[in-house]
Amino acid sequence: MADAPMQHPDADKLVGMEHEKQYDFQLPEEYFYKSEKGLTPEVIEKISAFKGEPQWMLDFRLKSLEIAMKKGAPTWGPDLSGLDFDDIYFYVRPNEEQGTTNSWDDIPEEVRATYQRLGIPEAEQKVLAGVGAQYESEMVYHSLKEEWEKQGVIFLDTDTGLQEHEELFKEYFATVVPPNDNYYAAVNSAVWSGGSFVYVPKGVEVDVPLQAYFLLNAQNIGQFERTLIIVEEGAKAHYIEGCTAPTYASDSFHSGVIEIIAKDNANVRYSTIQNWSHNVYNLVTQRALVHSGASMGWLDGNLGSKVTMKYPSCYLLGPGAHGEVLSIAFAGDGQHQDAGAKVIHAAPNTSSSVVSKSISKGEGTSSYRGLVQIHEGAENAKSNVECDALLLDDTSKTNTYPYIEIDEKSAHVGHEATVSKLNEEQIFYLMSRGLAEDEAMALIVRGFLEPVAKELPLEYAVELNRLIELEMEGSVG
Amino acid sequence: MSENRLEIRNLHARIAGGVDILKGVDLTVPAGEVHALMGQNGSGKSTLAKVMAGDPAYEITDGDILIDGESVLEMEPDERARAGLYLAFQYPVEVPGVSIANFLRLALNARRDEDDEIGVMEFYTKLQGAVKELDWDESIIERNLHEGFSGGEKKRSEILQLLVLEPKYAILDETDSGLDVDALKVVAHGVNAARGDAFGALVITHYQRLLNYIVPDRVHVMAEGRVITSGDKELAMELDDKGYDWIKNEVASGAAPA
Repeated sequence: MADAPMQHPDADKLVGMEHEKQYDFQLPEEYFYKSEKGLTPEVIEKISAFKGEPQWMLDFRLKSLEIAMKKGAPTWGPDLSGLDFDDIYFYVRPNEEQGTTNSWDDIPEEVRATYQRLGIPEAEQKVLAGVGAQYESEMVYHSLKEEWEKQGVIFLDTDTGLQEHEELFKEYFATVVPPNDNYYAAVNSAVWSGGSFVYVPKGVEVDVPLQAYFLLNAQNIGQFERTLIIVEEGAKAHYIEGCTAPTYASDSFHSGVIEIIAKDNANVRYSTIQNWSHNVYNLVTQRALVHSGASMGWLDGNLGSKVTMKYPSCYLLGPGAHGEVLSIAFAGDGQHQDAGAKVIHAAPNTSSSVVSKSISKGEGTSSYRGLVQIHEGAENAKSNVECDALLLDDTSKTNTYPYIEIDEKSAHVGHEATVSKLNEEQIFYLMSRGLAEDEAMALIVRGFLEPVAKELPLEYAVELNRLIELEMEGSVG
Repeated sequence: MSENRLEIRNLHARIAGGVDILKGVDLTVPAGEVHALMGQNGSGKSTLAKVMAGDPAYEITDGDILIDGESVLEMEPDERARAGLYLAFQYPVEVPGVSIANFLRLALNARRDEDDEIGVMEFYTKLQGAVKELDWDESIIERNLHEGFSGGEKKRSEILQLLVLEPKYAILDETDSGLDVDALKVVAHGVNAARGDAFGALVITHYQRLLNYIVPDRVHVMAEGRVITSGDKELAMELDDKGYDWIKNEVASGAAPA
């Protein structure tokens, strides 16, 4: 992918299309836009012009592309050789978000069957599959939205956020994850589209989780989503992204950037469960700046995809800041989940906790890759890392890459890693109580994940359980 | 004649690929009765218990096991459980992250039709009744299955499960080992609470001590992979008094019934 061409001979296409009105309340335009394949300055100019963005954003995108081209893809980590930038549409207007799929009938039977088995209503299934734009929770969303607006809370899709709150947006955008941070962040910065923009004013506590779910009809699912969350001093918010149903995508590359700023004494939690279809390379940068006395929690569930690389990070910048990363990864047959956490302690009395649970099956591989860094002067910093891997059979694999860098004598750092294989005695015991073999295995796996799953809102925990059961099918020898 | 019994016929079994540990066990426990199975270490008692429950580590080379006249040899462990068999393990495993309440609700529902799951109230009433029977604190049901349990607590959990799952036939594999007298009484009380016309049990033990609290209808003695003799509860006392060599000699000389 390093030699992706900078130029494409074809002009971009504007494709006229009759809109299917029942799914398209939000998008009155009669044309949709699809970029040519490949990553070029022309594609980026078109994206920016199409969105009607300010000049500074176009400049930012072009600069980011330059950085990406200079940097090149990283050479460490999982095998990404299947990723071919020449064969990727870097921008498809939202109603056509899922590449060439625009009919329910085009969605593969297996994906539809999974939706049905998860008990997801059909309207919602269509949104998830990228063929619909309307979702029945909209009424709920509107009443919540009014409530939030009264409190001064902003919760919009990122494109709308830029249009309606440009000054605020510009002040924080790309300050947490600048384009030169890493290759995929640079690519995202060049072609980003969609995601959520959240602003919570000083002292405001948002009790109901802000769910990206509500914005599904407003262009939230994106290949290159860009989420920016700013939580002011003493404010509190829980943002939930994604859902457990498999997100069908005919395109194969997803690279999101999530930026969070938790100001002094703020309390922020970001929960996500992603379940990409099995052809997707999912390379995401998630980072939070955590200021004095603030608390940041990432809860990260990774299922599906071909390769996932994701290391939610907390930069603990002020005294007393606290960071937490809880993650679950399920590497099914042929999948590689390379997930973990990064915690940087840059101030005294900061604390962090990382709990990572991975499950591997068949020819699946899960890796924990984590960094704990304690800077000089971060006195009495405390960090504890626990990573547990469960192998369901003899063919699956797991790796652990813990990096610990300590430049402060008073630091307390703990690291604990366990690897276990699904235990025959446990299975026999549970079966002797009447559970079928697959139920017994699913129960052991659920128990293994419980310390993380219990932190999820109930409906997500229930869906996660159902999903694990589906993933476990065919595990019985 | 009633078919309601747990029956073992000429059972031969071994660890897969090894030599026979069970060498022709014959034993019948009619419903409504509690039998004791005694024997020294290595006599095959625990192997018998695991083979009956369907432990995949063992293979059966001859003979049969029947529940109410129906062979269970072709059944998986879970099918045997649903057919009414229960094994109280000598060493119950830990299953982290799975609460006793959740686990038992799943196990009960596994015995019922999919559209006939047990009601939440009905389940908790039943579970709390069993917890009370065993003189246990209610909070126990939210603890994870055997995680951090003492040996005695694990044994008590096995009896708790027995009371909730209400099997037709239970095998108690050295449930008394490692228990002090108070815990022994609690466990025995639980087993006695389960007794009734529709319940049969095989209580496996080294010592006569447990049989003071769970009085058996019959006592069987096992040695070298066979039941060598059977008798009434007096046999257990005598055995405790005179030792296993005595009974082996008695059987060899024809003084005790083989």
